[in-house]
Amino acid sequence: MRRRRRKAVSIKGLQRAFLTWLAQHAQACVFNLGQLCKNPLSSLMTTAVIGISLALPAGFYLLLENANRLTGRWDGTVQITLFLRQDLDAARTKALADELSGSAQIASVQLISPAEALAEYQRASGFADVIDTLGENPLPPILLVRPEFSAPGAEQVDGLLSELAALTAVESAQFDRQWVRRLFAIIDILQGSIMILSVLLALAVLLIVGNTIRLAIYNRRAEIEINKLFGATDAFIRRPFLYAGLVHGLGGSLIAWLLLQASIIALRGRVGELARLYYSNFALSGQDLAQAGLLFFAGGLLGLAGSWLAVSQHLKALEPA
Amino acid sequence: MIRFIDVYMRYAAGDDALKRINLHIERGAMVYVTGRSGAGKSTLLRLIALIERHSRGQIIVNEQNLERIAGRRIPFFRRSIGFVFQDHRLLGDRTVFDNVALPLVVAGYRYQDIKRRVRAALDKVSLLNKERSRPASLSGGEQQRVGIARAVVHRPAVLLADEPTGNLDPALSWDSMKLFEQFNRVGVTVLIASHDLDMIRKMKKNIITLRDGRILTHIGHTIKE
Repeated sequence: MRRRRRKAVSIKGLQRAFLTWLAQHAQACVFNLGQLCKNPLSSLMTTAVIGISLALPAGFYLLLENANRLTGRWDGTVQITLFLRQDLDAARTKALADELSGSAQIASVQLISPAEALAEYQRASGFADVIDTLGENPLPPILLVRPEFSAPGAEQVDGLLSELAALTAVESAQFDRQWVRRLFAIIDILQGSIMILSVLLALAVLLIVGNTIRLAIYNRRAEIEINKLFGATDAFIRRPFLYAGLVHGLGGSLIAWLLLQASIIALRGRVGELARLYYSNFALSGQDLAQAGLLFFAGGLLGLAGSWLAVSQHLKALEPA
Repeated sequence: MIRFIDVYMRYAAGDDALKRINLHIERGAMVYVTGRSGAGKSTLLRLIALIERHSRGQIIVNEQNLERIAGRRIPFFRRSIGFVFQDHRLLGDRTVFDNVALPLVVAGYRYQDIKRRVRAALDKVSLLNKERSRPASLSGGEQQRVGIARAVVHRPAVLLADEPTGNLDPALSWDSMKLFEQFNRVGVTVLIASHDLDMIRKMKKNIITLRDGRILTHIGHTIKE
């Protein structure tokens, strides 16, 4: 009986401690929002700087994503184009395609008959009328061969290429290796640059938040000292500043998100225009939910980390210890 | 309540600020610490509140050996102490109510309790009607009383006051001292650092005189300077 009562008391104690903790968090949060509202212009300016710093890497990433999607129409893999002899009939073409698909070195084979090729060309080139005047289809059957090994520039692709070119049914074999290599190299450089840029701008956000919080600590050091003298724990003192960092980071994320949305809306028409000139239905895509979530997560985390750094560095310096 | 045994205090650079201090202040006592500027009055109070750590010897406050209180535990120790400052150190951007509530907020009291206790403390210093005012709109004496209310609102065992009357005229100083005496009567141990000898003598309390970091007189035996 007595034991049970003691247990009940301790649970009650825990509950009370938890409620106190919760109340102190709520109070720190509300207090911090009050501080922000007291000084809306400088808060907004800091948040805007953070927003732009976050929007830059996020925007470049989006651009790269779109470029990847565009080049992804080649699926990012190497492709060998086999132009077959013109006199090869459909059945033998099909047989060759099946034979090649069976090879261990080849991932897939796509057959484009002369009729399909002509139709595609008619549709894409705009020379429909001219082509109509041709008596017969001048185009050969084509096999699009995708090698099993997709690494661009791999030695095996060269071997496969010469093997395929040697086939009697094959008029010529083409492999845009240089082009693919260059494209991948460019994308690689872009990815690296964006990585570096992201790291630098993340550091910038850390410094901006850190500096803002440092100023806030400086402005409120009288209050911090009094709080410490009357028995405030470090956690109690840290809390409002951490909230301030978090709010700045999240606010910055919001501004970055808005900037990205605005940029996409502004660019979408122009990109559509360009795509139309290339007979493409490509459209600029914005951030999906996961990416937006990541943006907010990164912003919040950077804000929190920046204020944590500033607080742990400067609170120690304040008297009393 | 407060016991110093062979306590030395040396700051990082320079001489000993306190030398071989031995004293004992009983629970519920009201004691003045006096002496010239630089005699070590403030240092004595700062050691009791663990704002600074002594170099040698032992200090026991409220049955706790200060050496054994780890840095993390200092905030909880300080919640048994109240402070009054010469320059009041009120927060200008908060109301009188919020200023007095500070020690309770820091300790995580519920709002209902905070309200009740802050009102009671303000009532004792006759400033209940000013609870919504800002400190800047109060007179110096009123600000000091707000500071006193803040120092006792969490019912500390020890009240430390560092030159509490330094900026007040004699009449207001006297009122403040009477206020300290009231809190002392309900059981708070009060330790006041002051160089206002005339007034201290009128209060007829125990006096500790410091000179150059040493105790010149002991409790109960005053000598003329």
